[in-house]
Amino acid sequence: MASQPARRRRLEVEDIGDIAVVNFVDKKILDEQNIQMIGDDLFRLVDELGRRKVLLNFGNVDFMSSAALGKLITLHRKLQAVQGKLVLCKIAKDILDVFKITKLDRILTITPDEQSGLQSF
Amino acid sequence: MSGDPFSEDVTIPSDLAEAHLLQNRIEAALQANGYDEHAIFAIKLAVEEALVNAIKHGNQMDPDKRVHVNFQITTERFDVRITDEGPGFNPDDVPDPTVDDNIERPCGRGLLLIRGFMTEVMYHGRGNVVTMSKLRNGEPSASE
Repeated sequence: MASQPARRRRLEVEDIGDIAVVNFVDKKILDEQNIQMIGDDLFRLVDELGRRKVLLNFGNVDFMSSAALGKLITLHRKLQAVQGKLVLCKIAKDILDVFKITKLDRILTITPDEQSGLQSF
Repeated sequence: MSGDPFSEDVTIPSDLAEAHLLQNRIEAALQANGYDEHAIFAIKLAVEEALVNAIKHGNQMDPDKRVHVNFQITTERFDVRITDEGPGFNPDDVPDPTVDDNIERPCGRGLLLIRGFMTEVMYHGRGNVVTMSKLRNGEPSASE
């Protein structure tokens, strides 16, 4: 367990129309190295794969610290810069409090479930 | 040990993996004392943010520096004291990450979350010591 984490898949991306629906493989978005890799994979969706509508589904996530928030803001800004949109959905109550306390719920679009997320683009 | 007051003094190196092992022990002790998932989430998050601050910003990841942690758990409340060996800081000097000009800055959100999820938070000395408390049935103090 102490070995270096491999470059494994951390995101599952499904295309629904022109929307990239992203599920997190890990239940905890915590470790700094993991967060860096998750960020890289998310940015690649926009910078290299040209996605303009990204829906992040947090249904599988039960813990997240502030270190991940910066990546989400950067992703939000990247999509804004290309007239795209980021939507977050299915966030557990405790994690939703993380967004509320940091007031990021005011700049990010958050919906209760995936269906309403898809409809918010 | 269910229901028994639990107290531990721990010194860990400036290593985030060691911090996570300690957090697992704290989580197990909270569960044994009947804390619900929301209280455990709040405490885990606050301890995570405080330990990351101590290791990264306080000790600057210096392998020769340590982080000292004392925590106590009763069925009523959780108390922790985290001391790093860094120069300390003034929490009032950290920019408010919720104002528009700072919203993209990476720093400051950890402190905000600690205050939001814990019942009491105090910094001591030169700012290298933080004490935090959470009443088991208390609501987050800063959550709106």
